[in-house]
Amino acid sequence: MAEPQPVLEMTGIVKEFPGVRALSGVDFRLFPGEIHALMGENGAGKSTLIKVLTGVYSLDGGTITLDGKAVRIGSPLQAQQAGISTVYQEVNLCPNLSVAENIFIGREPTRAGRIQWKRMRKEAAELVDRLGLDIDVTAPLSSYPLAVQQLVAIVRSVGTGDSDGEGSGTKVLVLDEPTSSLDRDEVLELFRLMRQLRDEGVAILFVSHFLDQIYEICDRMTVLRNGTLVGEHMVRDLDQVGLIELMIGKALDQLEELHDHQLHADVGESLMKAEGLGRTGGIAPFDLDIKKGEVVGLAGLLGSGRTELARLLFGADQPDSGTVTIGGKQVSMSAPNDAIGAGVAFCSENRKTEGLVPDLTVRENIILALQAARGWTRPIPTAQRDELVAKYIKALDIRPANPEARVGQLSGGNQQKVLLARWLITQPKLLILDEPTRGIDIGAKTEIQKLVVSLSEDGMSVLYIAAELEEVLRLSHTIGVLRDRKLVAQLTNGPEITPSKILETIASGEHQ
Amino acid sequence: MSTTTKTPAAPGAPERRTPSRSARLLGDRRLPVLVTAALFLAMYIAGLSRYQNYGFGDSQVFLNLFIDNGYLLVAAVGATFVIMSGGIDLSVGSVIGFTTMLTAWLVQDVGLPLLLVIPISLAVGAFGGFLMGYVIHNFEIQPFIVTLAGLFLFRGLCLVISKESIAIDDSEVSSLAQTRVPLGVGELSIGAVVALVVLAAAFYVLHYTRFGRRVYAIGGNEQSALLMGLPLGGTKIAVYTMSGFCSALAGLLFMLYIQSGDPLHAVGMELDAIAAVVIGGTLLTGGSGYVLGTLFGVLVLGLIKSIIQFEGTLSSWWTKIATGVLLCAFILIQRVMTTRKKT
Repeated sequence: MAEPQPVLEMTGIVKEFPGVRALSGVDFRLFPGEIHALMGENGAGKSTLIKVLTGVYSLDGGTITLDGKAVRIGSPLQAQQAGISTVYQEVNLCPNLSVAENIFIGREPTRAGRIQWKRMRKEAAELVDRLGLDIDVTAPLSSYPLAVQQLVAIVRSVGTGDSDGEGSGTKVLVLDEPTSSLDRDEVLELFRLMRQLRDEGVAILFVSHFLDQIYEICDRMTVLRNGTLVGEHMVRDLDQVGLIELMIGKALDQLEELHDHQLHADVGESLMKAEGLGRTGGIAPFDLDIKKGEVVGLAGLLGSGRTELARLLFGADQPDSGTVTIGGKQVSMSAPNDAIGAGVAFCSENRKTEGLVPDLTVRENIILALQAARGWTRPIPTAQRDELVAKYIKALDIRPANPEARVGQLSGGNQQKVLLARWLITQPKLLILDEPTRGIDIGAKTEIQKLVVSLSEDGMSVLYIAAELEEVLRLSHTIGVLRDRKLVAQLTNGPEITPSKILETIASGEHQ
Repeated sequence: MSTTTKTPAAPGAPERRTPSRSARLLGDRRLPVLVTAALFLAMYIAGLSRYQNYGFGDSQVFLNLFIDNGYLLVAAVGATFVIMSGGIDLSVGSVIGFTTMLTAWLVQDVGLPLLLVIPISLAVGAFGGFLMGYVIHNFEIQPFIVTLAGLFLFRGLCLVISKESIAIDDSEVSSLAQTRVPLGVGELSIGAVVALVVLAAAFYVLHYTRFGRRVYAIGGNEQSALLMGLPLGGTKIAVYTMSGFCSALAGLLFMLYIQSGDPLHAVGMELDAIAAVVIGGTLLTGGSGYVLGTLFGVLVLGLIKSIIQFEGTLSSWWTKIATGVLLCAFILIQRVMTTRKKT
């Protein structure tokens, strides 16, 4: 079969940020009627390539050809008009408007300048229907869960560029991490829609950190590493091990190493003890004993109260009941400041909104918590500060290794590392990690997990929250199982504890 | 409406969020408007029962609400657009004051005909708004700061025209000011009619034009609106231009109502306008609200004034106290509603 003409061709794409060369001469092509995965570690340049393609960033070099014609894409609007639509990880729609409006805004059907609401609702309903979805288009978008909002975003992009509702306008659909906060059924629904669109001839660019999903849905993939093209492969020709090796550029030995890792038995006396701690509407009263050097993992579905539990231990929320004792002394945890003073550090799951300051440099972000702990009147000497920052950049392998880079320009995994560095520098006794590996690639994930292991070996206690059971299982001495905002069981890790055993506990809601 | 996909959900799948009836009512964006309308009705009925013998039930008393607050309604409609888009305009009162001075000076001292003065002053107000919008968008400066500069600028310009107030005895102006439109049960002034026309036009623009929906979209989530390919800059500049236009129009109505220009006219009226918008149920964070709510907001403020007049013994400062209490209550309601939506 002769290869068809690619609908999109990017050649020699270059994009530079101050101090960072994010893309150096990347080639990329996309064929109609295929689902194409863009793979690479964090910081490999995936997001940058997408933002160049969708007009959010301007090009520093290279050409983009669409349907054989060279195009210049200067803004998201121009990208849409050219037939390139994007659905981002954070749904970029207006929650205050109705579903129909979100699908049509910017190109509402009008007669003599007057919006034809009836026609718009009807066409929106038809479009939704044609795509096999059942969404009430008159309801406000905010009344639907994130997964449905994402589907609406796709419906919008399918409809973009045509007003007759036939969905022929979009040639290229870019899906940037659409599955990171969806559950399995929602992912299946998304995949069904993606296949339907593919069969209609739309070229889909799919970015996901879940390798299984890539292998389930994609036809072809392009792998990037450090801003350069590593290769383009048919998915069926490349197995997962091969892909990971391409992505990280080295063999898998270091990943295997962690699989065989034995939990160190060196767990000391009790460090932090919560008794009857609870908060109405947050989490039911629970007892938890975290020992020195112990990793306590929390397992449970999204919204089962994992974060709420952690926030109570950090004093970010006020408990209604119960006590916390640290080292045998009862302490009041009424504000994060108390917790920080007691040696507790908390890495939030929302690293963008609750942790990092994107406009400050890596150095400033890292030093923030230490400075706060010392008090603002006692600045850290410059030399000591630079030395500390350099040490943690090196220890955590933060890339680019430039303390003056702005955190907002780092990739997700590297931002996570900056946040970790900030807390590690204060040398906490207990480190709370809420979803530290979400949305970051496998290489960085492994590094962070290895770090947790070595920290606990050095005597630091860690409360580890992650959606992936295997991750929790691999690292934790004790696993707390949560269900419906209740700590239902605490299992001591051992050979008999398997992911399915934990799932059973979550499902049945009791200790078996 | 609760199911979202046609494929049957697998057993054990987390259930979709199905808002209960009461939660839906609480989440309904029309609720704040209904609350304000109900409040207005309750206050009116209370006034009726208390001052029945003093003619409170007279239909003209009701129509006077529009006559006495027409200028505020026009200014508040302009402010509604700005607040709906997620911004704020603090220059409203100063532009009103400046317009009274400009028109009084042009009519009285320069001797231009009213028909020429009206378009000039409207154009000046709109241009002032355009400039502020341009600075806000192109230099990415907080609207609060830019319009605060506008507040000082226009108030200062009043004093450039004259330090004294200018009384208007032009026959055209006074005849226009005294014209009454009969309504059967009573009559309305020209100012009140203009205000109602502006209200209707604003309603149409917000709900039936692409521009109006863009205002909602930008207020809902500016970043999203940009990524959805909506023209952010044009819309924002247009919103401030409209607010400037409305302020100038409000200034004209105020000049008609009071028949003078004074450098100290309408000091702080931007705050009245903002209060009316908020009491009318528009979220200060933008993206949610109705211009009809603004009408009720203005009417509630007007009714407080009327009731205090009827009471007779109360100082007019009670108007401010009542406004403060109401504003506080409505902001709390907004807060409860938005946090409910988030969880």
